[in-house]
Amino acid sequence: MTTTESTDSVREGSLPGHFGPYGGRFVPEALTAALDELDAAFRAAILDPVFTAELARLERDYTGRPSPLTRANRFEEYCNGARVYLKREDLNHTGSHKINNVLGQALLTQRMGKTRVIAETGAGQHGVATATAAALLGLDCTVYMGEEDTRRQALNVARMKLLGAEVVSVTAGSRTLKDAINEAMRDWVSTVDQTHYMLGTVTGPAPFPELVRFFHSVIGREAREQILAVEGRLPDAVAACVGGGSNAMGLFSGFIDDPEVQLRGYEAGGDGVDTGRHAARFAAGTPGVLHGARTYVMQDEWGQTVASHSISAGLDYPGVGPEHAWLHDIGRAVYEPVNDAEAMTAFSLLSRTEGIIPAIETAHGLAGVMRLGAELGPDSVIMVNLSGRGDKDVATAARWFGIDLGDVVSAELAEGR
Amino acid sequence: MSVQRRTIADSFSKAKSENRALLIGYLPAGYPTVEGSIELIHAMLDNGVDLIEVGLPYSDPLMDGPVIQEAVSAALTGGATTETVLDVVQAVSDHGGLPVVMSYWNPIERYGVERFAQTLSERGGAGVITPDLTIEEAQPWLEAAHKNSIDPIFLVAPSSSEIRISQVSDQTRGFIYAASTMGVTGARDNVSSMAPELVARVRTRTDLPIAVGLGVSTGAQAADIAAYADGVIVGSAFIKAANQGGTAAVAELAAQLAQGVRSAVR
Ligand SMILES: Cc1ncc(COP(=O)(O)O)c(C=O)c1O
Repeated sequence: MTTTESTDSVREGSLPGHFGPYGGRFVPEALTAALDELDAAFRAAILDPVFTAELARLERDYTGRPSPLTRANRFEEYCNGARVYLKREDLNHTGSHKINNVLGQALLTQRMGKTRVIAETGAGQHGVATATAAALLGLDCTVYMGEEDTRRQALNVARMKLLGAEVVSVTAGSRTLKDAINEAMRDWVSTVDQTHYMLGTVTGPAPFPELVRFFHSVIGREAREQILAVEGRLPDAVAACVGGGSNAMGLFSGFIDDPEVQLRGYEAGGDGVDTGRHAARFAAGTPGVLHGARTYVMQDEWGQTVASHSISAGLDYPGVGPEHAWLHDIGRAVYEPVNDAEAMTAFSLLSRTEGIIPAIETAHGLAGVMRLGAELGPDSVIMVNLSGRGDKDVATAARWFGIDLGDVVSAELAEGR
Repeated sequence: MSVQRRTIADSFSKAKSENRALLIGYLPAGYPTVEGSIELIHAMLDNGVDLIEVGLPYSDPLMDGPVIQEAVSAALTGGATTETVLDVVQAVSDHGGLPVVMSYWNPIERYGVERFAQTLSERGGAGVITPDLTIEEAQPWLEAAHKNSIDPIFLVAPSSSEIRISQVSDQTRGFIYAASTMGVTGARDNVSSMAPELVARVRTRTDLPIAVGLGVSTGAQAADIAAYADGVIVGSAFIKAANQGGTAAVAELAAQLAQGVRSAVR
């Protein structure tokens, strides 16, 4: 529970459920009771040794934790000789950090006596993780996914279906993650008695940002121990890509009380922030309210949400977790955009120098590390969250690099951007 | 203020003196066009709708079902903005109607909380329904609304606890919006059986008028609800009528519903 305490120190003076002026609850009144119930169940569970032991057991025996810390010797040559460590969340069962959160929430679902879970998904990783946890614990599962994303992540759609989940393709609005969240919320309002909404990142109404961060804080806890063991000191910086911000919050939470450790987040710059086609909430957004919380939002002068763009479905979201908004404002963490092209260069470099194909989301963090190496100099120690593996992105990457997929891969797959 | 403002409370009192429920009709500003929405609203007013709920079209209407989603999306594509909403409010007021705005929170915050309350008041608005603003987050809004004689209207739902109902009622002016069901907007064949119970629970906690919304589409349903509630709110059904039969259909539906709220056995 150290993590809860440490993050609370950052939020000193904040109201419950808030991070400075950010966070809170902006939801239909019908959901207030369910959010209160979730909040109470969460707080009781994390103090209950039976719950924490069961979660720890699943993390060890099912997810395969602790995830290793891998030194990236050959990749370091492209990072100005900095010592770069990869926190290997890609090696978790289902291939990304997302499993940490869903196992915790699935156990909470059982604890609340609910029998069905719903989730939104962008890249499909959270949907796959949710479908996996639902299968494991015998819960009904419906996943909402923007139609655009079902095309560019067709493999993950198939995985969810194989795991027994129903996948609903959302055709409203921009047909991406933001619209999938709207649809999941609508489902939840109507079915809240039996259904838990497994929100996939550190966004949304309280207590979700705190709860999801808590279940990912295992990343930061392990990482801190591991780096101290190999380097005998804390890193100069920890880095992560930031979609909603869950993999970043998980890693950051282990170092937030160490002022000498810089926290660096990388958001999707898409075609470039100046083109308007991006998902750079900090570089080009303003404080506002989206999906239940006050945070940085890409919005127009009237407060209408602006569609985001990124080669990476998992970063393609016009809002961001409220705790990141707060860390940004107080200067504790620094956020920068990384363009599609830069991310894909890092994607290729890591694949060729380390034999690790990262998720395209993750590649944004890797591009950030290349910049950080230049900034912090040789012999600096940098850790990056390798949040997911790139199997789901093979079609997209093949297209980007002009690799002929031939007839082996169906036309539908190749169509993914 | 030199001229006595008409208030939501006056409207409910008048309906009460006629021993009937108030009829509240929703339409998004700018749907199908700005002029079109004004024409439809005039038809509603001319055929017995007492209070007009002018919807502020928003990109992420997560309390709304498909009918309203599509309408607000069309309004946004057509260029509707917060200024459009204020223009429609003015048009309602000029036609003798009493307008309230229904808006998700972000557009109001973006426009400026104080500026919105003040401008709305100047244009003849009487209240604002904020479906995603919880009372915990509402302090700046409450101050601006009170200062400008705008009634802040909050929702309660079947899942609301007794304490919650009291807390929400304490912050509400004008009327309490009782969501008839756990769900989003959209016409339903059966208005949920949860509504009478919810209204009864709210009654024990407040003297404010209580209006029931979500799912109402026919005169018969309006009559059922008018038997126990002070107001009946109809939204998606008006949009459907507009889509199917334009102004004439909207006028006919309004007349039917107005008949409904008057025929209730109370
Ligand atoms: C591998 C991977 N990394 C990162 C993200 C971004 O999410 P978050 O910022 O919550 O970690 C996703 C989202 O789908 C993902 O699949």
